[in-house]
Amino acid sequence: MVTTVRVALFVTCLVDALYPDVGKATTRLLRRLGHEVVFPAAQTCCGQMHVNTGYQRDALPLIRHHAEVFDPYDAIVAPSGSCAGSVRHQHSDVAARAGRPGLASRAGSVASRTYELSEFLVDVLGVDDVGAYYPHRVTYHPTCHSLRVLRVGDRPLRLLRNVGGIDLVELPDADQCCGFGGTFAVKNADTSTAMLADKMRNVLSTRAEAVCAGDSSCLMHIGGGLSRLRTGTRTVHLAEILASVQ
Amino acid sequence: MKTYLGMPTAPAGVGALSGSLPFPDAARPALADAQLRRNLGHATRTIRAKRAAVVGEVSDWEELRLAGQAIKKATMARLDEHLERLEREVTARGGRVHWATDAVAANRIVTEIVQATGATEVVKVKSMATQEIGLNEALESAGITAVETDLAELIVQLGHDRPSHILVPAIHRNRSEILEIFQREMGDAPADLTDEPRRLAMAARSHLRRRFLAARVAVSGANFAVAETGTLAVVESEGNGRMCLTLPQTLISVMGLEKIVPTWEDLGVFLQLLPRSSTGERMNPYTSMWTGVTPGDGPQEFHLVLLDNGRTAALADEVGREALHCIRCSACLNVCPVYERAGGHAYGSVYPGPIGAVISPQLTGVAANASLPYASTLCGACFDACPVRIDIPALLVHLRARVVEERRLPTPESIAMAAASWLMSSPKRFGGAIRAARGVRLVGRRRGRISALPPPLSGWTASRDAPVPPPETFREWWRRTGGGRDE
Repeated sequence: MVTTVRVALFVTCLVDALYPDVGKATTRLLRRLGHEVVFPAAQTCCGQMHVNTGYQRDALPLIRHHAEVFDPYDAIVAPSGSCAGSVRHQHSDVAARAGRPGLASRAGSVASRTYELSEFLVDVLGVDDVGAYYPHRVTYHPTCHSLRVLRVGDRPLRLLRNVGGIDLVELPDADQCCGFGGTFAVKNADTSTAMLADKMRNVLSTRAEAVCAGDSSCLMHIGGGLSRLRTGTRTVHLAEILASVQ
Repeated sequence: MKTYLGMPTAPAGVGALSGSLPFPDAARPALADAQLRRNLGHATRTIRAKRAAVVGEVSDWEELRLAGQAIKKATMARLDEHLERLEREVTARGGRVHWATDAVAANRIVTEIVQATGATEVVKVKSMATQEIGLNEALESAGITAVETDLAELIVQLGHDRPSHILVPAIHRNRSEILEIFQREMGDAPADLTDEPRRLAMAARSHLRRRFLAARVAVSGANFAVAETGTLAVVESEGNGRMCLTLPQTLISVMGLEKIVPTWEDLGVFLQLLPRSSTGERMNPYTSMWTGVTPGDGPQEFHLVLLDNGRTAALADEVGREALHCIRCSACLNVCPVYERAGGHAYGSVYPGPIGAVISPQLTGVAANASLPYASTLCGACFDACPVRIDIPALLVHLRARVVEERRLPTPESIAMAAASWLMSSPKRFGGAIRAARGVRLVGRRRGRISALPPPLSGWTASRDAPVPPPETFREWWRRTGGGRDE
């Protein structure tokens, strides 16, 4: 049995600016499970966009800032596989490549205490039934970075299967990328759109009311396409489903 | 002279390694071609399933991958010693070794060898190295006809086309297109030929049989060279390679110098990894190995051309050099969602797909292939499929950094990135910026979505709505409600 954990919420810049409900849901969920949630207000952005677009020098101040802000905390939780993945698998390497061994080791230490939400729930808190209730037909898209960078495996699905009232339907070709890829979606907009078209076709084939994922960025992409085509199918973040109660 | 891992560094590679258009533009024709999208989608899906099945039945697949990775890394660390050993062993067994710094040198060496035999036609085993250096075109300009004998490569050659896949160069063609190419270009195609796969193969077989029997010179690549005995190996499926490697009097093999393995024990690891990753077979039908010259049996003259063409320059990149571990299986192409939609030609280089996006810029220098490292969503499927565990997503990120670092002048993007870094490195500035973004609400508040944004974000809104910023950011909510406690 885990006692009360003090969780530092790494809300991510995208959620902060565009999807505050995902941050609120994460907060409510963790609190409902009996844990303390703090929001280090100095946090900004992990710098993944800079790193993945090649601007490592511009990413360094962000990596340094992130490490400073989150260093005091033992458990850092993000409602994002991609941002948690960047902290865990890029921060230290980028600092080392820039010849900053001190920052590399500090970033590595923060990385070792950083979790994506489903990892934190299942591995650290040891729960796969969070007592949620969500009476809707939902299909789940495992985002690439949660799947192949963090290797969260079936943790999100285990959490979803235990949600009361949910009608969870399998997404065909679920492990195929939705075509977002950060600045890829703009730099290679046509290829990105071709990938999105196939993802949307698969989502619509499930006749789900909502497509769920653990990353607001991929959901912004899939949701932007579904909205443009007036499909009526919504997107919903994993945290929002898990925070819902009867 | 500066050396890396014991190897002197030759200039960047030249040859068929970069296209004239950047990737996003070069991808457009394929994306708009419904037939091509179907051909590629069907072919990659089929081969993905075959690979997954045969990889799944090997209980120690992950250990094999680790072994392959370790052997490659250790081999690269002493590449100079292994190459000199290979040269000694090949020479001692009656072969001749030629060192080619780049494509131009390699083409000259091969052309001179063919000219010395007096032959005007050579038969060829499918080879990425000779595609890379543009050997067929170089021979043609010297009045020598090169005949591709691999079926798919023959289709590409007869169609005056370019290969679009490492293993299946005509993957972008379907059988009715192949029938049309054969009828138009083959000369001796049967009048009643149909698009039945077996009949197409038989037509190619009888067309090629005459060339095999008449050939005096063959040109091949090599999948591996075993340094300890000077043995070369070619793996293939059709038997055309075996014909080329055994029938002619003279054999010329062009091999990238990274294809070397130190011992036969090492070779055993790769012969397990390659066919399952490549064609999705437990073992490929033909594995040909030859060691120098055997009097009275097989080619009596053997030349090995060791090709640099940017490889030692790639070795100089401590991170990027991992791309040289590639064994050209093409598993990463078949799992890549970008390759599946954009096709091989979009990459401009003879090396397409995820591995092409890291190898091509390594060989040419990143400036000549600056758009390729960005031709990926970094989804990571390529790393999982790679039999020698090349961390392609990490290499792509590294090469993107090299593209940015080697650019001399600022671009709108670099200015925006620097501005974003400045804004986001201070919580005060960041909070202000995301509050200010709320101005966009004026555009989309009424309909709950934003359907048009100015460039460069117009690339997004061409096919996707953008979210309307919320009335309150998360940090504002937290401050207002004490993290929800006061709500």
